[in-house]
Amino acid sequence: MAKRIDVSDLNVYYGTFLAVEGVNLVVEPRAVTAFIGPSGCGKSTVLRTLNRMHEVTPGARIEGKILLDHENIYGPDIDPVNVRSTIGMVFQKPNPFPTMSIYGNVVAGIKLKKRTKKSELDDVVESSLRGANLWEEVKDRLDRPGSVLSGGQQQRLCIARAIAIQPQVLLMDEPCSALDPISTLAIEELIHELKQQYTIVIVTHNMQQAARVSDTTAFFNIAGTGKPGKLIEMNTTANIFGSPSEKATEDYISGRFG
Amino acid sequence: MTQLLSPQVQPPLGRSSRPRDAAFAGISRGSGIIVLFTMGAIGAFLLWKALPALRANTVPFLTSTQWFPDDPQPKFGIAALAFGTLLSSVIAMVIAVPVGLGVALYTSHYAPRRFAPTLGYVVDLLAAVPSIIFGLWGLQILMPNSIGLWRWFDQHLGFIPLFNNSQNIYTRSIALAAVVLAIMILPTVSAISREVFNQVPPGHIEAALALGATRWETMRTAVFPFARPGMVSAAMLGLGRALGETIAVALILSATFSINWHVTEPGGNTFAANIALKWNEAGNIGLGALIASGLVLYIITFAVNMAARVVVERRRDFSGAN
Repeated sequence: MAKRIDVSDLNVYYGTFLAVEGVNLVVEPRAVTAFIGPSGCGKSTVLRTLNRMHEVTPGARIEGKILLDHENIYGPDIDPVNVRSTIGMVFQKPNPFPTMSIYGNVVAGIKLKKRTKKSELDDVVESSLRGANLWEEVKDRLDRPGSVLSGGQQQRLCIARAIAIQPQVLLMDEPCSALDPISTLAIEELIHELKQQYTIVIVTHNMQQAARVSDTTAFFNIAGTGKPGKLIEMNTTANIFGSPSEKATEDYISGRFG
Repeated sequence: MTQLLSPQVQPPLGRSSRPRDAAFAGISRGSGIIVLFTMGAIGAFLLWKALPALRANTVPFLTSTQWFPDDPQPKFGIAALAFGTLLSSVIAMVIAVPVGLGVALYTSHYAPRRFAPTLGYVVDLLAAVPSIIFGLWGLQILMPNSIGLWRWFDQHLGFIPLFNNSQNIYTRSIALAAVVLAIMILPTVSAISREVFNQVPPGHIEAALALGATRWETMRTAVFPFARPGMVSAAMLGLGRALGETIAVALILSATFSINWHVTEPGGNTFAANIALKWNEAGNIGLGALIASGLVLYIITFAVNMAARVVVERRRDFSGAN
């Protein structure tokens, strides 16, 4: 179920502006990889190239290669729509579809792909919501709109929606930055459980969070405004936080800048 | 801390009068009341002017198709007018709503970035063209050039009563008026729905794309449900304009007082066109009769808008407004 991602020589552009330059990294399956770094360093941009969401922005494009196991997801015969249903994504701001019920939100992705029997959908809804640790809280009001839930519940609903289509990889773009500490804890516990089955990449501003949830950490940095962001260092989380090999990494994680 | 920033001036904590707040509240409340009052006053005026004529009428006002209000025995009814008004407006809607939504969707989500605003302006400009121009265009250009189309409908789809034409005359028809109406309401429908399509939060669109939705599936999953109340409003505003459109319809139709489902045949009439055409030659009862028909149009427009409200309100919880 989980696949490995191999990024080589990745340059990311918005129009003619080079936003991120020369990224090489490997995301291991069944593990959590965290992207950290100051604002504007391109960590979210890189994350969005991993499921071809980057190119949704007009003028945005990339150079380089991103392999999912051995297949280049930017290959000429690749349909970005299929890439996105293979690599799920959870966004910074919880974004359940406001016009759909809780149930409808969870099955939204499945309904796009094929007609499915009601009983099967029921099963998917329960297993996805259980997977997102939300089932007990919403099982009696599945027909209510997703917008009646709290922010943390909405984010877990978005995770349920993402895992309902059984992706190979789950990308999370600062999933807790709009949440209170208790909801954040709930999501972090969930990430721990999800990594048994999924490859997870999480972008976070919160270094404690990166230290708590991730196995591997990548530190991105930017030399100055208008300069491209770069991957400075990537290593096991213990090494990045314990004995970083780059001065910039050490400065950042010890709070000297950023 | 500097002297400048230290807490010095103690504002009194008691209640103080705020004249600007009060003035603003008064103005907004007053505006609201004026709107309600105006609506009520228009209805009351129409009813007051219409009552003498309605009393003198010798045939049922709602179901009769005759229009001889200034006879010694006044005979007038709105059945043919209501039929023509509703039929032409409904046909106009059937044409204009899908096209208008298509244009709106194209300008908001499909057109290339450089090109989209221009297209939007052009569509908006269409709304600024005076209706007499549309009427003249319909009469001088569209009518002679559309005869072949209506004949084709008659010959190939004539088994459907709507397209049947037993007179073999294909001009000055309800269908022609409806096409002109459709073009007139197209910018209304399209401009409003474009605005609501543009208001769909990018987060919802990204959510759909990230689930593996194609462009069209994204529209269906994230854009249309969110924009639905706005789309209904757009259609209803268009319908309101079609129901009340006067001069273009008066130019095109050859006024008759009959209920004829063969929409490509000459004839038919609408409330507004009839009032415009008959006003100058009407006598005392005639004016009252025209005003009575205006009252019915007023009520129909009102009912249409209320119905639209109900449709929008019914799924309020799911509107995304909360």
